[in-house]
Amino acid sequence: MRLTQGAFSFLPDLTDEEITAQVQYALDKGWAVSVEYTDDPHPRNNYWEMWGLPLFDLADAAGIVAEVVACRRAHPEHYVRLNAFDSTLGRQTTALSFLVGRPTVEPGFRLERQETTDRCIRYTLHSYATDRPAGSRYAAP
Amino acid sequence: MTLDATGSPPAESGNQRWSAGVIPYAEMGYWQPDYEPKPSDILAAFRITPQPGVPPEEAGAAVAGESSTATWTVVWTDRLTAYEHYQAKCYRVDRVPGSEDQYIAYIAYDIDLFEEGSVANLTSSIIGNVFGFKALRALRLEDMRIPPHYTKTFQGPAHGIVMEREYLGKFGRPLLGATVKPKLGLSARNYGRVIFEALRGGLDFTKDDENINSQPFMRWRDRFIASMEAVQLAQADTGEVKGHYLNVTAATMEDMYERAEFARDIGSVIVMIDLTIGYTAIQSMAKWARRNGVVLHLHRAGHGTYTRQKNHGVSFRVISKWMRLAGVDHIHAGTVVGKLEGDPNMVSGFYDTLRLDKVAADPIRGLYFDQDWASMPGVMPVASGGIHAGQMHQLLDYLGDDVVLQFGGGTIGHPMGISAGATANRVALEAMVKARNEGREIRVEGPDILRTAAKRSRELEVALATWGDISFNYESTDTPDVVPTPTNQ
Repeated sequence: MRLTQGAFSFLPDLTDEEITAQVQYALDKGWAVSVEYTDDPHPRNNYWEMWGLPLFDLADAAGIVAEVVACRRAHPEHYVRLNAFDSTLGRQTTALSFLVGRPTVEPGFRLERQETTDRCIRYTLHSYATDRPAGSRYAAP
Repeated sequence: MTLDATGSPPAESGNQRWSAGVIPYAEMGYWQPDYEPKPSDILAAFRITPQPGVPPEEAGAAVAGESSTATWTVVWTDRLTAYEHYQAKCYRVDRVPGSEDQYIAYIAYDIDLFEEGSVANLTSSIIGNVFGFKALRALRLEDMRIPPHYTKTFQGPAHGIVMEREYLGKFGRPLLGATVKPKLGLSARNYGRVIFEALRGGLDFTKDDENINSQPFMRWRDRFIASMEAVQLAQADTGEVKGHYLNVTAATMEDMYERAEFARDIGSVIVMIDLTIGYTAIQSMAKWARRNGVVLHLHRAGHGTYTRQKNHGVSFRVISKWMRLAGVDHIHAGTVVGKLEGDPNMVSGFYDTLRLDKVAADPIRGLYFDQDWASMPGVMPVASGGIHAGQMHQLLDYLGDDVVLQFGGGTIGHPMGISAGATANRVALEAMVKARNEGREIRVEGPDILRTAAKRSRELEVALATWGDISFNYESTDTPDVVPTPTNQ
């Protein structure tokens, strides 16, 4: 499967040049950029591992993309995403988020159904990756 | 006795204010050109078309009177009250540019006239009786200024734009939806098929239509169960949060609560209501939605009966304000380019009214007052009706990021199937957002950007070949009165 979280998952994976252009857009808006990675891409997993603190004071798009590259190198078989955070009053939330790294094989999810009364079903989304312990979920290529 | 055109006898002097009989509203204190509105006043701008011979100030005063304390004749019981406090005051009347017989009357209402947190009470005053008033040929409520003093007595959106995005985990692009078609007649099982295909193909939301409630061909409970199976399967296929607006509109509050609770129990992130259920029912459902963590979508069914004609009714920007107070999370607010009414300037005014915290007066966009929402969360506008992937650059340019773009026919009518239709829309959207962020002029380069994206997406290529040329170029009926004055050159 192809995980389609993030703003650009229906396009071919962004090149580093394309990522730089998006980072520049975020910086021009005054947004703080951060890099995160995970091996549990369940859609309700909000808290991916932070690749350091958000880069509040870095004004150089190339420097930020260097962090993306470093994170991908350290975690080649994880999902990596780039977030831009808008601290303006009334927003104070993520303004842009897209994937910048994927594992070679994306195992996806199993839908578990618990049949209850009156034809109702309770659903659970199970991330296949989490069948293995954290850190060894995606085999290195 | 001679009566003037308002049906009132000419008043001889102000000291006859308390004589029994009928005197002009203007002379009863409802016309006060020197009045300075207080920061806590609720202000209204009415477009009035007086009957021939009725002076505009008297017509404005009559509207102020009939929407506050007055009745048609002098009553001595006014003297038992601090009536001047409760009288609405018409403080300004302007002729509408380019019009012979229309005026904008500005009226100030003291906040004490209204019950806290009640849209029903606010509207019963402001539009309660006055629209049938004989001294006017037509009357339209154009805009209102709701002061923070009053805004703060309302719950406001159950979640608002920021919370909804955090809940869905979707940032930096408009959301995509589709209404299941055909509106009527599908069985529950087939209905769920449409939802599954559309969501797995790339949409974020699908939607019940306004008139799908619980009919003989598909009862609500069966629809809800089939829809949730589709939503959950699509989530497993994509790893994204998905939703289907389950329409809980019903005959009674008890029925609506029952349906909404069932939707919540089977895991739906969103439910839907129609404007036809009424303001009080909407406020009740907004409280329910916040209490239960379920996003609330409002379809503006029926609004065209009173929002569309320029000289009579209530402008949709006023409905937008009332619905933000009432507490919905989504509201249909126009597409500009689709099949339904919507002048670009007017629609832009609606969108700002729904989304921004502070909105400046701007006659070009029909905004008569500054509006400060005092940190009340924004409502997500929904653009729905006759839009397709080939218009993506215009949609993004006009409507921005915080909007749900709903392609019903433009998804389900795709020659390669529903899922392909959804993919075409998502590819077009992502390509356009990416290009805009890269600094490209999407308004100009849009068609090129779409053609380039279509080279890598057969679904988009077919969508553009099918609908690329379709547009709905009819003149709007609800347009601004003011045209921008070009600056030099």
